[in-house]
Amino acid sequence: MTSKTKQVYVTGNTWGRALKRDWQLYLLLLLPIACVVIFQYMSYPGLRMAFMNYKPAKGYAGSAWVGFQNFEKIFRDADFIRSLKNTIFFNLADLIMSFPMPIILALMLNEITFKRFKKVAQTVLYLPHFLSWVIVAALALTMFKPQTGLVNILLMNTGVISNGIPFLSEKTHWAWTYLILNVWQTMGWNSIIYLAAITGISQELYEAATVDGAGRFGRMWHVTLPGIRPTIVTLLIMTLGRMMGSNFERLVAFDNVLVRDYSYQLSLYIYEKGLGSLNFSRATAVGLFQSLIGLGLVLLADFVAKRLGEDGLL
Amino acid sequence: MEAVNVKNQKRPLKARGLKSVKLGEILIVIFISLLCLTCILPFIHVIAKSLSSDGAVLAKSVYLLPKETTFKAYSTVFSDGQLTHAMIYTVYMTAIFTVLGMVVTICAAYPLSKRRLKGRVFLSFLIMLTMYFSAGLIPTYLLYKDLNLLDTMWVLILPLMFSPYNMLIMKSFFQSSIPDSLEESAFLDGANHFRIIWSIVLPLSKPILATLSLFYAVGRWNAYGDAKYYVTTKALQPLQYILSNMILNSTSDAISLSESAEASANPEVLQAAMIVFSTAPIIMLYPFVQRYFVKGVMIGAVKG
Repeated sequence: MTSKTKQVYVTGNTWGRALKRDWQLYLLLLLPIACVVIFQYMSYPGLRMAFMNYKPAKGYAGSAWVGFQNFEKIFRDADFIRSLKNTIFFNLADLIMSFPMPIILALMLNEITFKRFKKVAQTVLYLPHFLSWVIVAALALTMFKPQTGLVNILLMNTGVISNGIPFLSEKTHWAWTYLILNVWQTMGWNSIIYLAAITGISQELYEAATVDGAGRFGRMWHVTLPGIRPTIVTLLIMTLGRMMGSNFERLVAFDNVLVRDYSYQLSLYIYEKGLGSLNFSRATAVGLFQSLIGLGLVLLADFVAKRLGEDGLL
Repeated sequence: MEAVNVKNQKRPLKARGLKSVKLGEILIVIFISLLCLTCILPFIHVIAKSLSSDGAVLAKSVYLLPKETTFKAYSTVFSDGQLTHAMIYTVYMTAIFTVLGMVVTICAAYPLSKRRLKGRVFLSFLIMLTMYFSAGLIPTYLLYKDLNLLDTMWVLILPLMFSPYNMLIMKSFFQSSIPDSLEESAFLDGANHFRIIWSIVLPLSKPILATLSLFYAVGRWNAYGDAKYYVTTKALQPLQYILSNMILNSTSDAISLSESAEASANPEVLQAAMIVFSTAPIIMLYPFVQRYFVKGVMIGAVKG
């Protein structure tokens, strides 16, 4: 998103002159830069733990360097492999399920001519975005518990099923519930950005398409979708960059012993090995692995997008 | 779209008459209405449950309206010292967080919105890099330990108070919506940057200020992962964390195992009341700020 920052004034713009003219601006910047340096950059040196056998009692100076041993260890660790596989699987599933929905929703909302309905619907659909994962999980419990959840009660009362469906306590059902609730939580909010992009499409294109005989779907397919393609690509890059990510709060909220086979993902692994059993070096190695792959994916997706003639992100 | 429809009527295209256009829209309206219901009905059900008697909930006869209405669950929630304390504490902490977050964001967004600023590309890069690369949990944890932040309220405020993402949105707003000429003329009149920000830029930026304040406030209000990592003292834990301990830990392990055991106390009603209690601040704030945030997000999104 910083692609518009390439203008550089070179001639006669020395630091002395810039400081004299803009010292107030630099003074303002001190505060945010201090925030970034203190709370982000100062944590980077800690990454060297990944290459040490770090003992909290001994500190950095007293702990031995071990090269890539921690990485060799984690790749022989069945727990890590499982959490890595789950992370990748659920991120791909999230991408497939949650990414298209806001686009579809934006296309649909754009077709509605009844303005008041559109407005109310948008307000309602944005609401789930403002709920924490605790609340989402708590609502899910009220709706989906086998015996006392509203959905199961209704299905049982109407005779569709005789026993409650274990939406949250059997791993395959859990996976679907976990994924669909993410679609539910993100669809409305993420459609805003596409709706914004749609408003930027020229009305003349629609009129021309209509003259050419395009119907509702023809206009959607040939005008609206191409019009928001840059936005789709940008968001896709950002999503691909998060393929290694793992939302701790979401997992904690839905985690339970019965679904551990699926719910055990990288953030839970790092939390348990790191803060739980104080294996700092191993947890740091996993974190570094996760961050580097994530950064690599963003750069790769950006490169591919630019190759395909899109704007890219960086 | 109006213009398109009029055109359709003027040039009846045999296969796609007015009727099929209408039918498509009706189907879309029905589909979107169903999606909206999935967003509203769970709340109505939870509210109904929280106001019903234990017996009615046990009998599974509560759907969307309370049965045998009682405020017993709410009086339990409000008389629970831990919950009311957590509520007051979280409101207080979120307020500090939001104010500080907005100050830092303005301090970054205003200078970086000036294209002439020397070193702008480098400083932007310095800030943006942190969006894509994080040191991970353990180095961060040890850093906060060294900074003596662990187990304080400030560990929930300081590390998160500057969001590069929000800064980007604000920066694009400044660049697209505040005419340079306005600032230049103020500058020529002898106003300094601080004055320009205070009396020109900020008054013109109300939608984006409202939007980003909402983002900061909601983000802080909803987050509890950092509290789980860094805060052990009960009195310093935010509401959502306490809630996750009370609602999720007490039930998730036992979802299908011991539901009959709940019969004696019926925590269902109490949990419903706790959900309503902790979501109420957001639901009450939402109508007032929602008219701003769509505009704010759109400006940030389009220009970003």
